[in-house]
Amino acid sequence: MASQNFIKAPSVEEIVTALNADFEGKVTIKRTKARRVFVSCDRESIYALCRYARSILNFEQASSVCGVDWVDHLQVVYHLSNYFTGTVLEITVDVPNDDPHIASVALIWEGADWHERETYELFGIIFDGHPKLERLLTPQNYEFFPFRKSYKLRGQN
Amino acid sequence: MADMWVTMGPQHPFSHGLWTLKVRVDGEVVKDAIPVIGYLHRGWEKECENRTYPLIIPMADRLCYSASMTWSHVYCKVVEEAMGIELSDRAKYLRVVADEICRLQSHLMWLAAMGTDLGNLTVFLWALREREFFLDLNVKLCGQRLTTNYPRLGGVRNDMPYFFERDCMRAVNRFEKVLWEIIGLTDESSIFLSRMRDVGVISRKDAANYGLTGPTMRGCGVDFDVRRDDPYCNYDLLDWEVPVCKEGDAYARYKVRIEEMFQSCEIIRQAMAKLDSIPKTDPIRVKAPRNVPAGTHFARVEDPRGESLMYLVSDGTDRPYRLKVRSPIFVNVSASKHLVQGVRIADIPAIMGTIDMCLGETDR
Repeated sequence: MASQNFIKAPSVEEIVTALNADFEGKVTIKRTKARRVFVSCDRESIYALCRYARSILNFEQASSVCGVDWVDHLQVVYHLSNYFTGTVLEITVDVPNDDPHIASVALIWEGADWHERETYELFGIIFDGHPKLERLLTPQNYEFFPFRKSYKLRGQN
Repeated sequence: MADMWVTMGPQHPFSHGLWTLKVRVDGEVVKDAIPVIGYLHRGWEKECENRTYPLIIPMADRLCYSASMTWSHVYCKVVEEAMGIELSDRAKYLRVVADEICRLQSHLMWLAAMGTDLGNLTVFLWALREREFFLDLNVKLCGQRLTTNYPRLGGVRNDMPYFFERDCMRAVNRFEKVLWEIIGLTDESSIFLSRMRDVGVISRKDAANYGLTGPTMRGCGVDFDVRRDDPYCNYDLLDWEVPVCKEGDAYARYKVRIEEMFQSCEIIRQAMAKLDSIPKTDPIRVKAPRNVPAGTHFARVEDPRGESLMYLVSDGTDRPYRLKVRSPIFVNVSASKHLVQGVRIADIPAIMGTIDMCLGETDR
């Protein structure tokens, strides 16, 4: 891996070429538009992809990490941001319901720390290798994950 | 001396809302800190899944009382992106004017709070007095002082009322002069300077790593502004500058915010000139459909406090399947542990004051 050299301000085409070259078969480019790249990735290579995005493609900031409950599976969505081009890389990773584990990226970007804690407490997705995976917004004694679709609000069906 | 844990908050003059900073001190020097949030968690994102799209606009206002315009803007922007709606030029510039008025009054609120944090009550009174002029503009434009409920899916609610341009330019021209007087109270006060300089220093590399955004990040030398680098609402057609300071201390963040206020005045002036050249018959609002086509979209906007991002998952119905809010303060406050390390406990209000806390959007 890492056949590429560091690119300070990669264009959308350069990002797509680099990802296709170094993550063939692991990363699917879904669509692109001006300053936006949307990719999906398998669960095993998310840490390597994030390391690559940080060190080679210069995505210096993890804007957000969030979860989505698709009922038949869970999903983690990353938004990474490059300061020099204003490009945002969106990565979606599917996580099965019965084994909701995924590698933590909090060691790559410290800014992702609280986002992962929030995703853990609201969706029950466990980030392996996170320095402190505890509940953040909700009380520590909660035993349910309130943002899952199985948790109904009043009036919601 | 043995280490000791001191709990600052949730009710504390420096906290500007309900949150706790637990600090481990050795004598007066801070060794470690743990921010504790969540006192205001309302499950905002989950609530939205239960409401139709237009009903969420006033809820987005309530995310942050002093940045309500940008929060409803970013929400409308992500839904418009999902619907594939392009705004008319008139609606775009009206949003620019509304956003910048919001930024001015939000920064003035911050300056007032900063003044009380440092014991300078004159700054507090003067900044709040100036803020009233912009709140009056909000009343004229939207009928509300704080929770404005102005943007709509596909445009804005109403055009400018009569004489709004005149009143707005009067307020802006006056403010540019008065801001220099307020700067005289802070920049020429040796107490203010000695409490702000060289405290809470963050390097550019760390700022990026911690995920800081907005004036907090630009005070550390990161030259990035969503309005310029990922332009929306014709911001790229206006001529203005992004203020950046390299020092990274509390004073640099203060300087960036002050300079941003001048730039906001400039943006309002230019946007008003552009609005003048657009005929009044230009639509301010395009009709938006009730349902949003299935798909995932995100949009980001430069909030007064940083980069606000919303991620929308729609399933083709009239309610969002999932709406994620990326709040700038949520991330900035997670870095507070690094901001206060090594400083004296009395410097914490000065450092945390420059982050401009707002708990409504942090806890959601």
